[in-house]
Amino acid sequence: MAVAAPSVAGTSPRGTSRMVRHPWLSTAWRAARTLRGVVGLSLSGSIVLIAIIGPFVTPDPPDALLTLTFAKPSSHFPLGSDFLGRDVLSRVLDGGWVLLVMAALATALGIIAGAAAGISAAYLRGRSDALIMRTVDVILAFPQLVFALLLLSVLGPQLWLIVLAVGLSHAPQVARVIRSATLNISERDYVKVAELQGMRPRRIMTSEILPNLVSPLTVETGLRLTYSIVIMAGLSFLGFGQQPPAANWGLMINENRTGLPLNPWAVIVPAALIALLTIGTNTFTDAFARVAIGIDRPPEESALIDELTLRESR
Amino acid sequence: MTGEIRLHVSDLTIRIGPPGPDVVSEISFAVAAGEVLGLVGESGSGKTTVALALLGHARRGLHIASGEVRLDGVNLLALPKGDLREVRGARVAYVPQDPSAALNPTLRVGAQVAEALRVHPGVVEDPAARAVEVLREARLDATPDTLRRYPHQLSGGQQQRVALAMAFCCRPRLIVLDEPTTGLDVSTQRHVLDTVRSLCGSYGVAAVYVSHDLAVVGGLVGEVAVMYAGRIVERGPTAKVFADPIHPYTRRLLAAVPSPDRAEELTGIEGQPPRPGRRGAGCSFAPRCDFVIDECRVAPPAPVAIDSRAVRCIRAEEIRGPSASRPASAPRKSSADRAAALSLRSVSARYGRRLVLSGVDLDVPRESCVALVGESGSGKTTLARCIAGLHTSWSGQIMFDGTRLEPGLRGRTKDTLRRVQYIFQNPYASLNPRKTIGQIVAQPLEPLLGLPFRHRAERAASALADVSLSADFLDRYPDQLSGGERQRVAIARALVVEPDLLICDEVTSALDVSVQAVIVEQLRRLQRERQLAMIFITHNLALVRSIAQTAVVLCDGAVVESGPVDQVLEHPANPYTVALIKDAPVLSGRE
Repeated sequence: MAVAAPSVAGTSPRGTSRMVRHPWLSTAWRAARTLRGVVGLSLSGSIVLIAIIGPFVTPDPPDALLTLTFAKPSSHFPLGSDFLGRDVLSRVLDGGWVLLVMAALATALGIIAGAAAGISAAYLRGRSDALIMRTVDVILAFPQLVFALLLLSVLGPQLWLIVLAVGLSHAPQVARVIRSATLNISERDYVKVAELQGMRPRRIMTSEILPNLVSPLTVETGLRLTYSIVIMAGLSFLGFGQQPPAANWGLMINENRTGLPLNPWAVIVPAALIALLTIGTNTFTDAFARVAIGIDRPPEESALIDELTLRESR
Repeated sequence: MTGEIRLHVSDLTIRIGPPGPDVVSEISFAVAAGEVLGLVGESGSGKTTVALALLGHARRGLHIASGEVRLDGVNLLALPKGDLREVRGARVAYVPQDPSAALNPTLRVGAQVAEALRVHPGVVEDPAARAVEVLREARLDATPDTLRRYPHQLSGGQQQRVALAMAFCCRPRLIVLDEPTTGLDVSTQRHVLDTVRSLCGSYGVAAVYVSHDLAVVGGLVGEVAVMYAGRIVERGPTAKVFADPIHPYTRRLLAAVPSPDRAEELTGIEGQPPRPGRRGAGCSFAPRCDFVIDECRVAPPAPVAIDSRAVRCIRAEEIRGPSASRPASAPRKSSADRAAALSLRSVSARYGRRLVLSGVDLDVPRESCVALVGESGSGKTTLARCIAGLHTSWSGQIMFDGTRLEPGLRGRTKDTLRRVQYIFQNPYASLNPRKTIGQIVAQPLEPLLGLPFRHRAERAASALADVSLSADFLDRYPDQLSGGERQRVAIARALVVEPDLLICDEVTSALDVSVQAVIVEQLRRLQRERQLAMIFITHNLALVRSIAQTAVVLCDGAVVESGPVDQVLEHPANPYTVALIKDAPVLSGRE
């Protein structure tokens, strides 16, 4: 009993080595090195970069009326001009970041609310489960976009309201996925152990169950992020997003669609950026999910070997 | 019965990816028609990899680097894919470990077996008639009603019989059985084994029987090959190998197997086998071997032919001799006169509307261990869960040290929670994979003892030291540990709060036999030192003697027999106990 005591006094279980091997960081790192991961990360990374750096490097003021409407690309305006004669390149560079920030906030909101609802429903069972999941069913009965539109048309197009509406429309779907994942985990022996130790339900949910939901949560986050972008672009297109004259990729597609035969770039470029971002994020989360679940891993004995070789090569 | 050599495996080597390390190396053996070869090894020894190679298959990530698998003179490994498909199922059949996962849940039994025949048209004229025939041979009553059932409507033993029938239906030349009886009850296990033996005999089928259970293999096969770290270390007639093992690993392995006849200290093997790529230049067993000399570490030893056996040990000739005498009986204190720490009176429990325990009376004296024995479905785990507070719908009375235990966890005080600790069966499921060992072991200290944070690491480390794990483990994660180490962590977590009653639910059934011995010894030592009352649940009768003073036999939710271990095992009064003891596989060679 006394053997280890002296040498151990300083070694707290919260030592430094815990940081080195954070399970989801290491999964993300492994995912980033697969082909899918590299493609997904570089695609979405470059789009995010454009959105971040864009506003600082616009060749012209994005709101200035500079030339003819729907001018074809020229040396001064590489992507031509839009329906009011503004520089498309400048508007593309300027119009990304608000969309991305709003999408990220909405995603975070949806994931947090959805995960909290899903975990509580699955772990507490009984009445809480019934109450939470029936509420979820009701919200799910509305298509996501319609739900957001409903809120917006009543309260008017406020940016915070868009975030709230889109975030809340994600929550039920996240709750469904997380609930089924939690049902499985809450029957595991280590959860029973925690119960036997008299741990409070809230603590069990946050410290025993939540860390084991990292893979589904990450996958959901990626998925919801892309949905957020699409829905917000859609809302802008319908006129409920940022209001003109602000530059916004979704709004740009809407504004310039009438000039498609004259200067298609004013529509194609923002549409392509949204598409690439969506594809990139999805590809990366797909890579992450594959690594986390171990889809490409052979079973049992060779799984052990595989895991070992992976760990050694890491 | 015995005929010409049917299967000949020579120098089979399987690697991870083309350039990687060996998973199994230089496997050679032969099996004659009508004979069964036992391929024995602990987890990670490569036995399943070899079994699959006999069908010309290597799992993803592995590839067969060299060697031959000759069936009736034809090298299966050199066959083109199309021909191999013809061979599989028709001439080489495979019986998987878990029939409930291997049978198609949407096919009725009759269709299931007939399907195996339809894959190979031309083998028989009338698949349906043959299906009935083979099901009868597999001793499954092939009434039209049985044929129309789905796999989930059959018991585990019946499912395994269907899988056997499917394997035998094309009259194969070779059959590979991959742990087909793991997970079955002893009686079922015995019946399935008898069926396998008689089928192999009557159709002249060569069989390779893969298992980790030495006692099961001993009763079934004529020849046994013991695998360790990807090599066959000893191969020979079962009776000889078991009676007089030569290779140091075989000796240690046999010493770790508990026996229902004798009470003895089990000696496990400390450490763990080297993984592929870490096996070093010399003999893989050298780091754990009692007889190791410098030469052992130079090159892998070649097989030495000795006494009709092949042994991969350079000192085989020298160290041969009577195997180290089995350790003396463990002294056992009588516990009859001690006051009961825990007593159950007419406890009945339900799952939904089904009654799983009916009127159970049980006394667990202080400082003694009670073994709860029974087959699966006998209610032994439910009983333990009722005591622990995990199962709430029971009636009756459970008294613990003079206080009455409430059915659920909510009604119990922290002190009661602390004093009753529970160790789960599967150490792969009972440790949170996202926490370090230090966090796991220290976890109960806060809710149950209210220990301040700064003292917890120290307590955790000393609890780990009690189960012979160093403080280095504090910062590791469960997936970096072997099964045995995980179970020790689970024990440390239970003991860190200094309980009075320890409930061990099949704690060794997920572990290899050499690890099981280490864990059982450790539990017994801790139980004595800490003066714990202990409930040890097991389906393995042989373990009972090694750990417990009192044995209680459960059948269909009722206690059918209880008393001192010796009395229950030697003079069983109840017919069920008699049958249970008779069916338990005993470590000995066939004939």
